[in-house]
Amino acid sequence: MRSASGSRYTLRTMALGYLALLLVLPCSMIVYYTFKDGLGPVWEALTDPAFVSALRLTLIAVGIAVPANTIFGVMCAMALVRRPPKHGTWLINSMIGLPLALSPVVVGLALILVYGQNGWFGGWLTENGIEIIFSTPGIVLATIFVTLPFVVREVIPVLREVGTDQDEAAWTLGASRAQTFWRITLPAIRWGVAYGVVLTTARALGEYGAVAVVSGRLAGKTETLTLHVDEAYLRLDEVAAYTTSLVLALLAVLTLVAMNVFKPRTHKEVADVDRSPPGHEALR
Amino acid sequence: MSIAVRQVTKRFANGFVAVDNVSLAIASGSLTALLGPSGSGKSTLLRVIAGLETPDEGDVSILGEDVTGVPPQKRGVGFVFQHYAAFKHLTVRDNIAFGLVIRKRPKAEVRARVDELLGLVQLDGFADRYPAQLSGGQRQRMALARALAVEPKVLLLDEPFGALDARVRKELRAWLRRLHDQVHVTTVLVTHDQEEAMDVADRVTVMNDGRIEQSGKPRDLYEHPANEFVMSFVGPVNRLGEAWIRPHDLELRLEPNGTTSEAMVERIVHLGFEVRVELVLDDGRLVSAQVTRSEVEELELLEGQILYVRPSRTTVFSGTAMPQGRP
Repeated sequence: MRSASGSRYTLRTMALGYLALLLVLPCSMIVYYTFKDGLGPVWEALTDPAFVSALRLTLIAVGIAVPANTIFGVMCAMALVRRPPKHGTWLINSMIGLPLALSPVVVGLALILVYGQNGWFGGWLTENGIEIIFSTPGIVLATIFVTLPFVVREVIPVLREVGTDQDEAAWTLGASRAQTFWRITLPAIRWGVAYGVVLTTARALGEYGAVAVVSGRLAGKTETLTLHVDEAYLRLDEVAAYTTSLVLALLAVLTLVAMNVFKPRTHKEVADVDRSPPGHEALR
Repeated sequence: MSIAVRQVTKRFANGFVAVDNVSLAIASGSLTALLGPSGSGKSTLLRVIAGLETPDEGDVSILGEDVTGVPPQKRGVGFVFQHYAAFKHLTVRDNIAFGLVIRKRPKAEVRARVDELLGLVQLDGFADRYPAQLSGGQRQRMALARALAVEPKVLLLDEPFGALDARVRKELRAWLRRLHDQVHVTTVLVTHDQEEAMDVADRVTVMNDGRIEQSGKPRDLYEHPANEFVMSFVGPVNRLGEAWIRPHDLELRLEPNGTTSEAMVERIVHLGFEVRVELVLDDGRLVSAQVTRSEVEELELLEGQILYVRPSRTTVFSGTAMPQGRP
């Protein structure tokens, strides 16, 4: 018994120590360094036009990429699970997974090759006065690209788990396909969708590599929050770097809090935990 | 006829023929069981009737109207699934009300109808619960109420009690029979359990390999099976050469009388009132006899004992022709 409880404590200490060293300590250091010299410099950093512009740009990128990939993700998952093509499912699956495997820098370069001045559409786009690379559309495109897989990948297993019985029951009760989707399918998969949205948002907020390549990094113009952190840090403006980091962290926390809006209306509905997809209980 | 299926064939994408040129007529107000082993096509046939599967050939009509191309939404069928298909995010009340809400019925009417159905399926007091808080039997009663709410022309039940334990299954079976006598909606029940089919249904259609083997009243199927498959599927049976003998048609005697064969009692299984006696014939073949408890006591049966058996009734099939009952 003694050794059993002893090893349990050892395990706990190791796990907590690991978390403390790798997560808690660095995060608290950011908070500490942000407020080290009081609120004045923090306020200054927050009102810096470059910061405001970066925040705006990040919010635009997130605001477009997350809804776009949520809608696409749910549609794509429905198509793959409910009406799988006879051939080539593996190809579609690997294509969806590609952004996860590909380095974001490569994604950025690829976008430049297509939309850049010397790219495929580049010439035509410039002639028509449409700017994509080194501009907001490029940043949005890059963000969409790298965050594409999350909703699809979360929703597919949940859709499989839910099956088609509930939908078929709804049809026999007179519900059209659209009514069935909104009233039955979507509520049934909402946990998968919500989790996918959180992952997408987190990734979109934190995207650096692809955006760094396509944005051109013009401070106050094409800089997102992550780029602003880097830029501030490089010019030794530590308070601005830490403050911006803290804002990024707070946005992430906000995302997690927003998840609770999706929380089941009553705790009773959750009683059926064993039927929920594995690994999602922690989010309840 | 309430439901008429004419020469329906359903092939799946992998080439498997689930339903093979099946024709079937189901009388209004009846409770018909589609009985067969798994893979016999009974569920697929039910789904074809509901419009959840499209037949490759043949047509289906409900109350005289050809519905072959009609989507499930417009067929006026109630469908109950083996695994309940409960809408988990809705309360029992909202589950039952679903079809009525879709039809945009006035709120007061929906409420009254749901209350009535809750009473019918004995779930009064459960209206505000979620499916996760119900037992399997309660969930299935809820699913039944949900299907009945829209007053379907026909009620289709796909192995409705298949996921329940034996005791609840028997209770629900008896309850379904009473319910059917109350509401009189034409009902088709798919099951692989011959006892369930015999117990609940007015008529039983036995399916095998995508084809109908025989349709008839439960008693007719049992006493006049059309072929060996039906004979062996609708009840336990012994096979001795060409002859098929039901366990209760095997007479046990203590003395030989010229027409009997010698057998040794291998095992005596007490099933309450019934007792199953497993015997080894002198040529080594195994047969089982079904007797009552009092017979066992009268014969003072013991395992290892030597007995003499005689079939009181045998059935012999010649090819796939009609059976010849021999007294």
